[in-house]
Amino acid sequence: MSVLVDEDTRVVVQGITGGEGKFHTEQMLEYGTNVVAGAVPGRGGQEVAGVPVYDTVHQAAREEDANASVVFVPPAFAGDACFEALDAPGLDLVVAITEGIPTQDMARVYRRLQETDTHLVGPNCPGVITPGVAKLGILPGNIFSSGNVGLVSRSGTLTYQVVDNLTERGLGQSTAIGIGGDPIIGTDFIDALELFEADPDTHVVAMCGEIGGEDEEEAARYIGEHMDTPVVGFIAGRTAPPGKRMGHAGAIVSGSGTGTAESKINALEKNGVAVGDTPNEVAEHVEGLL
Amino acid sequence: MRLHEYQAKQVFADASVPTPASTLAETVDEAVDAAEDIGYPVAIKAQVHVGGRGKAGGIKLVDDTEEAREAADSILGMDLKGFHVSKVLVEEAVDFVTELYVGVTMDRGEGRPVAMVSTKGGVDIEAVAEETPEAIAREHIDPAFGMHPFQARKAVYDAGVDREVANDVARVLTTLYQLWDDRDGADVEVNPLMITSDGEVVAADAVMNIDGDALFRQPELQEMGEKAAEGDELEQKADEYGFDYVRLDGNVGIIGNGAGLVMTTLDLVDYYGGEPANFLDVGGGAKADRIANALDMVFSDDNVDSVVFNIFGGITRGDEVANGINQALEQFDEIPKPVTVRLAGTNAEEGMEILNEELVTVEHTLEDAVQRAVQYAKEEEEE
Repeated sequence: MSVLVDEDTRVVVQGITGGEGKFHTEQMLEYGTNVVAGAVPGRGGQEVAGVPVYDTVHQAAREEDANASVVFVPPAFAGDACFEALDAPGLDLVVAITEGIPTQDMARVYRRLQETDTHLVGPNCPGVITPGVAKLGILPGNIFSSGNVGLVSRSGTLTYQVVDNLTERGLGQSTAIGIGGDPIIGTDFIDALELFEADPDTHVVAMCGEIGGEDEEEAARYIGEHMDTPVVGFIAGRTAPPGKRMGHAGAIVSGSGTGTAESKINALEKNGVAVGDTPNEVAEHVEGLL
Repeated sequence: MRLHEYQAKQVFADASVPTPASTLAETVDEAVDAAEDIGYPVAIKAQVHVGGRGKAGGIKLVDDTEEAREAADSILGMDLKGFHVSKVLVEEAVDFVTELYVGVTMDRGEGRPVAMVSTKGGVDIEAVAEETPEAIAREHIDPAFGMHPFQARKAVYDAGVDREVANDVARVLTTLYQLWDDRDGADVEVNPLMITSDGEVVAADAVMNIDGDALFRQPELQEMGEKAAEGDELEQKADEYGFDYVRLDGNVGIIGNGAGLVMTTLDLVDYYGGEPANFLDVGGGAKADRIANALDMVFSDDNVDSVVFNIFGGITRGDEVANGINQALEQFDEIPKPVTVRLAGTNAEEGMEILNEELVTVEHTLEDAVQRAVQYAKEEEEE
């Protein structure tokens, strides 16, 4: 078992003819992902890596019976691409990889998302992987292995680091979800934790947060009140100065002191979450809980 | 991206928000001439991105030519919390009876914009939000509809603004929302919005932060932003190279890929008793010139005594990174500061074999690499 992505996931790649779209379509196919269509306006009838391309997401979803999409569309057009995916029939999962989408565009997408049952993961995220089954996005498949640890993270390479530490200990993953580093994202920590809580094959969840916003604090309360599955935490950005954006658009401690690592770590610990000081300690805690 | 006060005021004035008469000046003579034209009393205000300018001596109220000359002379060229003042705004002093706060920002928790009004204007609004949150009336706006006129009125009346000026204040708030919406604002605010004894409403200050990711469709603001660029020389250099870079005051230089992992590397430097000198995310890809630019950045920081590279190859390949590091370092006759490298992920083993150990120290785990770099920094410091 897994969450969001399994062997029945049938993927449309939006922006499949671009450099990134093409490269990662090949990577996804190689990993065993069922990429069934691409969608690029004006490119209908072409093929990329053997995958048929349609002019619209609606056509692609309908003709190929797709149920998920991955967005590799440039930032200026990615908001519209998300709307298109949310509007197309039958897509239960939309994974937006694009970094640098204007915040106001995402606010409108987020508003629309509330009216649907679709899961939007991202934007500005590495994607979702169910090891050994399928990956949607840019996560390097070779470092993951199948197992019972659910992983949810705001950062790509930090996820890889934690996976590396888990793998060293022989601990595989049920599903890893990169929720993205932007201030406004679709699936947040609580959404991901809810999915893992309901998954019988996820025995421990590792969540990697970072400075900025209050998602981790809210997730901590959710864990305390609603979760039986144990959770291990990590928070990046303990040394981040206030008012400075640390790479991710969402990673900023505000002038008034909200969004600090300290506040997040305290909230997690107060709700029974073991927080690692290093990524390796996260793996150590996970091992102790399995 | 933040505009200067004078730029934001121009944008506000163009949108019919009442602002005081003002002129930008770059020399003492220009400032005095402007003050004479406007008529005393005037305020002389440093144009730098520093909070609490007044307290730090960056704003002076003057009553005559002599005072104007003195004030302009002391402010122009001054160092205000690390920022060099090269421009002042000479502005008509407003005789006010009340100071309000009005603003529009993105509430990231809600994923929606929020319009705010408070009668506690003229002070740090974040402090007000913390100490007396009930003193700020908040109205969340549905981005699908924009701000309804009633929402502006509701915020204004909920805040307890005088009925006589409520319509004018609501009009300012509506305009601020329109600007926020049209110009891809992150924060758009007036603090203080002054109410004069005649019941006039005047924007005495102006803040406009623009979403940097939206500048491609705001060419006019982008141009203004280039004029407003200021701050640390190294941070400006990072902009040219296209790196995410933040300077700190420690001595361990840090280069890595991916925001979360780079932040974690900083945290580990601190955890193992060192002090991070910077955050530098090289992003994806491993081209030698990009690595060379990153090294140039950290070596240009005089505080740096030791450098740690922490690259986790996902799609990026370790062997390519290693070649990039070798090529970049081979260009130096002498490596300025010790460099420790940790590669992991795709082709990391190949990468570590490629790395020239005469130029760098190779470590196999994140923890070992950070501890090594901290140790080198301490040794260099002692020399």
